[in-house]
Amino acid sequence: MRHFCLVPRTVTHPQGLHPVIEFQRVQKTYRVAGRDVPALQATDLRVAAGEVFGLIGHSGAGKSTLLRLINRLENPTGGRIIVDGEDITALDADGLRRFRRRVGMIFQHFNLLSSRTVADNVALPLRLAGELSVADIDRRVAELLRRVGLEDHARKYPAQLSGGQKQRVGIARALATDPKILLCDEATSALDPQTTAQVLQLLGEINRELGLTIVLITHEMDVIRRVCDRVAVMDAGRIVEQGTVAQVFLHPTHPTTRRFVLEDESIDEQEQYEDFANVPGRILRLTFQGEATYRPLLGTVARETGVDYSILAGRIDRIKDTPYGQLTLALTGGDVDAALSRLQAAEVHVEVLR
Amino acid sequence: MDAFFVNIDWYEIWLATLDTLLMLGGSLLFTVVLGLPLGVLLFLTGPRQLFDNRPLYALLSFVVNVLRSLPFIILLIVMIPFTVLLTGTSLGVAGAIPPLVVGTTPFFARLVETALREVDRGIIEATQAMGATTRQIITSALLPEARPGIIAAITVTAITLVSYTAMAGVVGAGGLGDLAIRFGYQRFQTDVMVVTVVLLLVLVQILQSVGDRLVVHFSRK
Repeated sequence: MRHFCLVPRTVTHPQGLHPVIEFQRVQKTYRVAGRDVPALQATDLRVAAGEVFGLIGHSGAGKSTLLRLINRLENPTGGRIIVDGEDITALDADGLRRFRRRVGMIFQHFNLLSSRTVADNVALPLRLAGELSVADIDRRVAELLRRVGLEDHARKYPAQLSGGQKQRVGIARALATDPKILLCDEATSALDPQTTAQVLQLLGEINRELGLTIVLITHEMDVIRRVCDRVAVMDAGRIVEQGTVAQVFLHPTHPTTRRFVLEDESIDEQEQYEDFANVPGRILRLTFQGEATYRPLLGTVARETGVDYSILAGRIDRIKDTPYGQLTLALTGGDVDAALSRLQAAEVHVEVLR
Repeated sequence: MDAFFVNIDWYEIWLATLDTLLMLGGSLLFTVVLGLPLGVLLFLTGPRQLFDNRPLYALLSFVVNVLRSLPFIILLIVMIPFTVLLTGTSLGVAGAIPPLVVGTTPFFARLVETALREVDRGIIEATQAMGATTRQIITSALLPEARPGIIAAITVTAITLVSYTAMAGVVGAGGLGDLAIRFGYQRFQTDVMVVTVVLLLVLVQILQSVGDRLVVHFSRK
């Protein structure tokens, strides 16, 4: 049984903290058949140490390119990328290899070596680094497998594991060299919903317990909602909206963001407005966050102002550890204006739809 | 039945079998030693690979294709001066190995290239992300992942070599093929022909089943 944490998690403002990843006018252009095709327009981005930062976008939006620029699997065509205080665009081949050991990465299709056992897969980054003795590597691998709950599967081959177990091996492998940053490339897109939840929970634990900064890309709003502190929405090679997850998720401004939010709630906006056309009274959308979510506000306001309310649509859920609610109401009778100002005075965001 | 085997000198057959095995083993060894790096180079310089290098790839590809399109019997003869330069003779086992190696190395290299292309690109990317050097990517990820494919390539190459050794008999290489041609064909000793053919067939069967077993043993997918 899991509990709601009623104290809203304070989300650190990135500008206030030392950014662990900083993009300065970074751009990436591919040359395809003699023409320059921009994959990432000049982009500024800051990811604070210890946060879980999500990038969401449809395929081809440039999120995969942006992620791969962080460990220079892709080389930028312009701008500077500063990771952990170091300008990684200036690194030579040897410096780049050393730098990459400080950045773990997991993948949609896991990318485990089928010819190696689980333990050997996890040991690989350590063997390649060549800094630890065999005994130390064995110890470290055992510890990593315990952390991801796979200590009984060390001698198996990847083909003998389920998708969720494979991704756990991927996570253990990514953590082997004790990196400061973990990059997740659609890490849960090949998994079923239940396994996705477990893997995201593991990522959350790692973020909290190891203080690891996580940058993940996804096309699923649900993934962002479950683990991210902040999110950037990408469209056509640029970041079109960014902020805390609650802010972006509950008050989307860019059309792409709105589409993601509506997709996530399986709402057809047009259909909904058509339905509301027959509903009498004022239509409002209320957004509650944190403690306000559980206050008996509606009943109080209705009693005091004499309005009647009917709930047209709504959702009570959680963004990472913060509960929130979003209700669409129709108000009729009584003193509607007084009810509106009462609601606005409480810690509730009120939008008048009609 | 006794009359049928009247022409057979079993000691001669034994020596010929030994020659065939020596030619096969020696040329297979050199083919793998030379063809594996060539195959890796073909793969790495190929389009969109780690060392994408169109001119070098085109050159290697051209040389490989030329050698592969040359009928082996012609190559045997063309190679004679070079073989003499290399081994001092164009006859016997030593004289047969250079043309055999030149004949099968390009073929084997192509098979290696194909086996490496079967390795998931994501695995290369993951190994790069770990901070591996190119050498480490090849030795720790590419070759182990392609191992079943490379073993299958060695099996096919070995079987091709068996038929090439028989052909090498024409230029005086010795071995079972030589026996079949000199006694079985030229002296109409059908019994010698039958015995050599059966022995070659058994050899091919053994090579194929050992190869298949190794592929299964090393496949983890």
